[in-house]
Amino acid sequence: MSNLKLIIKREFIARVRNKTFVVMTFLSPLIMVAMVSLIAWLATLNNDEVRKVVFFDETGLFKKDFKDSDAIDYLDYSHLSLNDAKDSVVLKKLDGLLYIPKSSMSNQQNSSIQFYSDEAPSISILNTIEEIITTKLTNQNFIEKGLDIEAIENSKAKVEIRLENFSGEKTSKMSSYIKMIFGGAAGYFLMMFIIIYGNMVMRSVIEEKSNRIIEIIISSVKPLQLMMGKILGTSFAGILQFTIWVILGGVLMFIAGLFIDLDLDPDNMQEALKLLEKKQGGIVANATEILFELKKLPLLTLLISFLIYFIGGYFLYSSIYAAIGAAVDSETDSQQFMLPIILPLMLGIYVGFFSVIENPHGTVATVFSMIPLTSPIVMLMRIPFGVHWWEVLISMLLLIGSIIFITWLAGRIYRVGILMYGKKPTYKELFKWMKY
Amino acid sequence: MANLLEVQQATKRFGTFTALNNVSIQVPKGSIFGLLGPNGAGKTTLIRIINQITLPDEGSVLLDNEPLQLHHVKDIGYLPEERGLYKSMKVGEQALYLAQLKGLSKREAKERLKYWFDKFDITHWWDKKIQELSKGMAQKVQFIVTVLHRPKLLIFDEPFSGFDPINANVIKDEILQLREEGATVIFSTHRMESVEELCDHIALIHKSKKILEGKVTDIKKAYKTNTFEVGLLADNSIQVYAELQDKFKVIPADFKTIDDQLKMKITLDDNLSSNELLQYLSNKGQIMRFNEVIPGVNEIFIKTITDNE
Repeated sequence: MSNLKLIIKREFIARVRNKTFVVMTFLSPLIMVAMVSLIAWLATLNNDEVRKVVFFDETGLFKKDFKDSDAIDYLDYSHLSLNDAKDSVVLKKLDGLLYIPKSSMSNQQNSSIQFYSDEAPSISILNTIEEIITTKLTNQNFIEKGLDIEAIENSKAKVEIRLENFSGEKTSKMSSYIKMIFGGAAGYFLMMFIIIYGNMVMRSVIEEKSNRIIEIIISSVKPLQLMMGKILGTSFAGILQFTIWVILGGVLMFIAGLFIDLDLDPDNMQEALKLLEKKQGGIVANATEILFELKKLPLLTLLISFLIYFIGGYFLYSSIYAAIGAAVDSETDSQQFMLPIILPLMLGIYVGFFSVIENPHGTVATVFSMIPLTSPIVMLMRIPFGVHWWEVLISMLLLIGSIIFITWLAGRIYRVGILMYGKKPTYKELFKWMKY
Repeated sequence: MANLLEVQQATKRFGTFTALNNVSIQVPKGSIFGLLGPNGAGKTTLIRIINQITLPDEGSVLLDNEPLQLHHVKDIGYLPEERGLYKSMKVGEQALYLAQLKGLSKREAKERLKYWFDKFDITHWWDKKIQELSKGMAQKVQFIVTVLHRPKLLIFDEPFSGFDPINANVIKDEILQLREEGATVIFSTHRMESVEELCDHIALIHKSKKILEGKVTDIKKAYKTNTFEVGLLADNSIQVYAELQDKFKVIPADFKTIDDQLKMKITLDDNLSSNELLQYLSNKGQIMRFNEVIPGVNEIFIKTITDNE
């Protein structure tokens, strides 16, 4: 067996046998699913609580409009005086008092309506109430101006722009959302992978250093070979762990879904969808449309570019991690060198989530999808939106070039660093090591 | 005798600091070669160059008359001063891994490890983790791993540190045995008594430069000063001492005796032989002790270093 294979094998086995690794592999999906279930369960708990809201309506217009819903029960206290109404709300521990004074009528800008309560009401309750009043008052204004409400209602236009590119491919807003989710998930996934397994590479380098076995090893193999073996071995362990997470997480999620069955109930689902549709203007479509849009995505291209950027990004960062591990004596000392890793990663994610989603082909997104340290994340997010092949090519060439350069540089730091004990190096010293 | 290893004018700089300045050494085949020098003299850098861990800025290294190449790592066994093993890996697995890195097949490595583990009576350690072993025990495993691939050249940096006297002796005998079997040994240590005992060649490095190299016997011949240690039973020792002081360079000496002797060290001029001194002394009293003072490696070490300050 070649030395590189031996090193990869040892690293892989060392990672996989590690107790923390084993525990995390099987515990993480459990914790994740438990948390998601808990949140879902808590959400239903919260929804079950019905708020009791008292209204004091001086205009006498709204009696019929405040209808009890799942979330709010309305009580009409208009027959009392305002002070009595307030007192009894406090006394009966009701959730709030809505005061609609006479003066609120027929004003277009209306801020005289008040809501009294001990605790500030939730936004959703306020929105519901505001909507009811707004509709009513608007209609009232229409009537006063002698307009036919039904005619207005009927003449309201509903517009949904269909998107089509010049080669005749039809797209919709739906597909934009799917692309966003695709790109976002891929970018986020890559960042997580880099942070988790890059750190593992670093720890493994530090371990060899602090165990003082390093000199024995590098009297047999080249330092660069050792570094590569570490990065590869750890990444295989990482891929194994991620695969287990995905499978186990999926199975557990399915099981949890069976038990909680809150969202999987078709009636509820339909209702929730409708609600969402109403709120967001037809974004949420049915499953067939999603499937249809998914099929239209260039899945093979996505997969290939995902693999290239994923592997490239991981190699780029983990060789930096390895160099940092070689430069320090303990994990605590490594903090000072984390900035060059965390900064571009964060930048990539933020540019991705703000700039790419807003404008996938804008200058900011394009530039950051070219710069090697951010390109894996940003380009992964851009690709579902369709990027010119030459842009991808340039970005990949830059990435590959910088992988070679950074690995070489990291290898030089690594080579010197693993034999240095005792003092914490500075950036200046790292720079000097590159020249030894 | 042919040289197994030749380092030719090796220079290594780290930035502005010169760790090794134009150092050449010749290590004869089958010798035990002591590499000596104070802390920070450059020994470790030299050893790392021989192991291809660091590359020299100038100069070259020949192993068996060939310039060093990657495949030569299989011909060298190195036990560094900073040594350790993977703490959470089992002894057997670890030894197998390290042996395979040196190019042994798994089967071969297993067989040889079994031989050595039997020899050191540590077979029951195979499935233990290193963190369960004591430091001395781990050192034994390291020693085995160093010699397992039967390298032509063995490099030991402070091999006895961490061993109790009994185990240090076991290791010393193994080193001598390996030499018998044809290995050449480079031996770096500060313990001069083991240099005295084991080495037939030495080189002394001080402040990045080699200041002394050669056969131990040759060096001792060069450093001896024609001085003799004398024990004399004389009736009037004070008078005899005074007379001797007139004729020779005499200083009092101290060694253990059962009777009251006149103890001294006498240094002769080059034109006088020991026989002439003996004749002279035999007239003065009864000679109880007469032997040549041969400088120890320790003295040579200290003298050379202080002369070079």
